[in-house]
Amino acid sequence: MSTPRRVVLGVGNADRGDDGAGLAVAARLAGRVPAGVAVVACEQEPTRLLDALAGASSALVVDAVVSGAEPGTLHRFDAGDGPLPVRVFRSSTHALGVGEAVELARALDRLPARTLVLGIEGGAFEAGSGLSAAVRAAVERAADVVLAELEEEPCTSGR
Amino acid sequence: MPERRTIRTDYLARVEGEGAMTVRLADGRVEHVELRIFEPPRFFEALLRGRSFREPPDITARICGICPVAYQTSAVNALERLCGVEVPGPIRLLRRLLYCGEWIESHALHVYLLHAPDFLGYPGAVELARDAPATVERGLALKKTGNAVMALIGGREIHPVNVRVGGFYRAPTRSELRTLIDPLERAREAALETVRWVSGFDFPEREVECELVALSAPDGYAIEDGRIRSDRGLDVAPAEYDEHFEEEHVERSTALHSRLRERGTYLCGPLARFALNHERLSPLALESAREAGLEAPCRNPFRSIVVRAVELVYACDEALRLIDAYEQPDAPAVPVAPAAGTGHGVSEAPRGLLYHRYRVDADGTIVDAKIVPPTAQNQRAIEDDLRDVVGRNAHLADEQLRDLCELTIRNYDPCISCATHFLDLQVVRR
Repeated sequence: MSTPRRVVLGVGNADRGDDGAGLAVAARLAGRVPAGVAVVACEQEPTRLLDALAGASSALVVDAVVSGAEPGTLHRFDAGDGPLPVRVFRSSTHALGVGEAVELARALDRLPARTLVLGIEGGAFEAGSGLSAAVRAAVERAADVVLAELEEEPCTSGR
Repeated sequence: MPERRTIRTDYLARVEGEGAMTVRLADGRVEHVELRIFEPPRFFEALLRGRSFREPPDITARICGICPVAYQTSAVNALERLCGVEVPGPIRLLRRLLYCGEWIESHALHVYLLHAPDFLGYPGAVELARDAPATVERGLALKKTGNAVMALIGGREIHPVNVRVGGFYRAPTRSELRTLIDPLERAREAALETVRWVSGFDFPEREVECELVALSAPDGYAIEDGRIRSDRGLDVAPAEYDEHFEEEHVERSTALHSRLRERGTYLCGPLARFALNHERLSPLALESAREAGLEAPCRNPFRSIVVRAVELVYACDEALRLIDAYEQPDAPAVPVAPAAGTGHGVSEAPRGLLYHRYRVDADGTIVDAKIVPPTAQNQRAIEDDLRDVVGRNAHLADEQLRDLCELTIRNYDPCISCATHFLDLQVVRR
């Protein structure tokens, strides 16, 4: 059984407005990524991230964030540069956020050599409201960013 | 001028105006405590109206990423009861096994990544993992085993898609289920270690006095169905829920609070289950409870972490028993024809009693849906606890008081979406 060497993870909750941004990016990428790249949609419970990251040589994680910027703003975090700003990611009393999941992977020595996190600034999180126009447009840009990152990155050969 | 302090938390810690908790103090006195809970059930209740009676298991599974099986199970219980269908033994067994997977997954997450750091003085799981990686790995392995059970039976780890009214879309073979035996045996060992680990924590003295409510079943520790019972004599069928429980609007709050009619606040979840049903735990789980010094009833919410650990042992033990007893059914589901009327369903979500009610017309269209999640049922008890804790600790600095509120809320494992440090403290002086 071969573990995909590179993974793209779209995280979010499609029923909470802009919180579905990461999932929408994963859906946009279906069938468009190079061979050997696994695209995974992760709904709601981000410690599942840890298993998806295990054994990957690189990971691109996409999630909605709230930092106070204009809705639709893209934020790029390279986990290699230092700890992620955990507070901008969605989390809850009974689940971890993406920032914490990535930091947990780091603490447990499970973080892929290269881990990028793409944050899409959300504006509206009403149940059932769907993506806002600004975030819908950002999803397209984010998908392009992910594809460009995958192009740039040297493909690890072998299995 | 009185000194007023407001402790507030925001939904997602970033969406203004959707506060999840507010405590207002004036001159060291608690003026107001308000917990605003996660509200998606209202959205889903509206979404369900006009849909087919076969859709609730899929739709309500989306309400919570941690306990989708609880929502699916309460839904199918309600609809099958309404349609006069009783599913055969192997299907009931599979549902209980699927639910054991969810208990393992949810309890492991809460015990290791959310609750234990509070007791050990860490801000969160990340810091705990730096100092005690092997311990956190043990918790993650447990959680992964729960996920594996859910993935094999439910079809997907999050939002299982295999559950339907009348049974499943596909029933696993005996040999498929047997692949879970090794991981579950390891998980059971890890669960026993978990009980030993958490029972050594320091627990503040604390007793909650409210009525304890849990499902009870004659043939085991109630999980996937049962009668609604309490430690003060309540003993009713799911269909009688609305006669005995009510939701009320609370002044200055948008939330609905559940209460027992003419009796008031009650508590559901691990403490209530253990108080009412501890005798039905497996011998191994009972033994681990005894070793941990846990005596029923335990009314200290801080010790809920020990009860969750004991329930982890039980869920692993029970899953192994169910796998051993499983015979693949002839058909994965029984046919269900729609019936007009109202159906009521309950089950024990990891965090407590989950009630569903559906009114359906003769062609199977849902006319009305009501969902009461465990956090709504526990809301009054949590607020009472907070009021008491804040009142007795009003002398503390804002930061310490906020930490104490967080710990108090976390004891109940509520579904409130917000940040890990979910209490933003504001000091307002007038």
